[in-house]
Amino acid sequence: MTGNYIISLYVFVLAGFVGYLLITRVPPLLHTPLMSATNAISGISLVGSLVAAGGKFGTVSTILGFIAVICATTNVVGGFIITDRMLGMFKRTEKPTESVTVSKNA
Amino acid sequence: MQGCYLAASVLFILGLRGLTKPDQAQRGMQMAAIGMLLAIVGTLWHQDILTYQWIIAGLIIGSIIGYPLGKFVPMTAMPQRIAFSHMFGALAATLVGVAEFWHSYHENIPIGGAKMAALGFEVLFGSLTVTGSFMAFGKLQEFITGRPVTFKGQNFVNLVLFAAAIGCFGYLIYDSTNMTVFFTMIAIAFVIGITMVLPIGGADMPVVVSLLNSYAGLAAAATGFAIGNNVLIICGALDGASGFILSIIMSKAMNRSFANVLFGAFGSGGGAVSAKSSAGLTVRSISPEDAAVQLGYASKVIVVPGYGMAVAQSQHAVRELAELIEKKGGEVKYAIHPVAGRMPGHMNVLLAEANVPYDRMYDMDEINAEFASADVALVIGANDVVNPAAKNDPGSPIFGMPILNVSDAKHIIVMKRGMSAGFAGIENELFYDEKTSMLFGDAKASLTKLVGEVKTLE
Repeated sequence: MTGNYIISLYVFVLAGFVGYLLITRVPPLLHTPLMSATNAISGISLVGSLVAAGGKFGTVSTILGFIAVICATTNVVGGFIITDRMLGMFKRTEKPTESVTVSKNA
Repeated sequence: MQGCYLAASVLFILGLRGLTKPDQAQRGMQMAAIGMLLAIVGTLWHQDILTYQWIIAGLIIGSIIGYPLGKFVPMTAMPQRIAFSHMFGALAATLVGVAEFWHSYHENIPIGGAKMAALGFEVLFGSLTVTGSFMAFGKLQEFITGRPVTFKGQNFVNLVLFAAAIGCFGYLIYDSTNMTVFFTMIAIAFVIGITMVLPIGGADMPVVVSLLNSYAGLAAAATGFAIGNNVLIICGALDGASGFILSIIMSKAMNRSFANVLFGAFGSGGGAVSAKSSAGLTVRSISPEDAAVQLGYASKVIVVPGYGMAVAQSQHAVRELAELIEKKGGEVKYAIHPVAGRMPGHMNVLLAEANVPYDRMYDMDEINAEFASADVALVIGANDVVNPAAKNDPGSPIFGMPILNVSDAKHIIVMKRGMSAGFAGIENELFYDEKTSMLFGDAKASLTKLVGEVKTLE
């Protein structure tokens, strides 16, 4: 049993290290999309929620799991959509095309 | 199932790697989204899942809530949206932890020390992120005051709460069957989330939001430990690292330590320290006509946007003005301070939304040397990030903070609504500099006038 936790710890430390190497290379230009992306990815708790909601662990677990599934799905769906929307806005110098509706913000 | 998880983990890492290059970022995130789909589909085959009706209902309701949150939230509201969604993520992790504990408790399944430690971390980080994010959301949305809220002995109270939570945690590892202690710990963590964010001012929100990002990730990682799921651990570690690095970058950009941001309650006592008053100094104001002449005939203009630009919704007018200047043969660049706005990189997104190409946006380090060769520095709704006091007034609360060298430019035009101080609550000498002209008024209205005036030139 303890052996599993040691392996988990390896995974955690190594993934954190990969994260460190990757994220220090993300330019400040993309820090907001980075944040909303990691926010969407943290919706991975959905995986745990699904098991709690669908398993036969009693009514309380099912209800808590059900709420957790809603929360996590909200994160995943909303997070990926808004990240994609944001990244779609970053363009290089070219013929700027007028596609964004101004009225929405006014 | 493990195959799905492995593929998902690889896709998440590739997705984040995409973010290191602006032109690959969108594709990278699409890969990450596919990874998420794989992880979900893989989980549906989990042996413990027996019924699907709750899962399907939850997925549908979540998508219905999530879709408008992703599709229609304006870019100016990005910081509060992120804070809001940290709340959801952390709540999900907390609930999974509670469900796991509840189930083990009632079925009399013993929880080992290691598992209890994981569960403890999960609900601790989870619940303090829930309330902390809600407070951050409230402050950013401005239904809770953006000013730091402090009271006597605040740090002591926080310390006691923290010790109490750790005490509960320690007890649970020793005796994991005590339900009361478990829920007491959650309750304390909820309170910590509130008291932690309450004394932090609006200007420090970039650090707080990044930190909460990190906590939400750590809560997910702890969930992974508790239920023995590697994809959760990997994602949690990635998020945790990301949030942590961002908060360090933000703290550095303000020349303050982490501890100072969290316990310092910036701006509460700072105003009095800077005794340099504006008495005897004069401010030159400028008319839009004159400003337009300066801008229209400049060969190099550096725009310095701040939160004021976002408040006035004037990004589009800025871009229009820049295009006119470029048409007249001038060069326009954007200088973006790491803590401009209310979250890391906020200004870049707002400008990108207004169709400003990203290769015109420069970080502080890239552009600081260029101010000397600029004819005009146009400061729009930025204040503390261009305050020379950070360099030459040791008594100033922002002394030592790296700033944009706006005062090196030949002329400086500052667009501002009035002479009020910035978020840090301190005077800005730049406004009294003899090279500086102030263009008072709402940024959007002023910019629209400027655009009109530049058009009539020659």
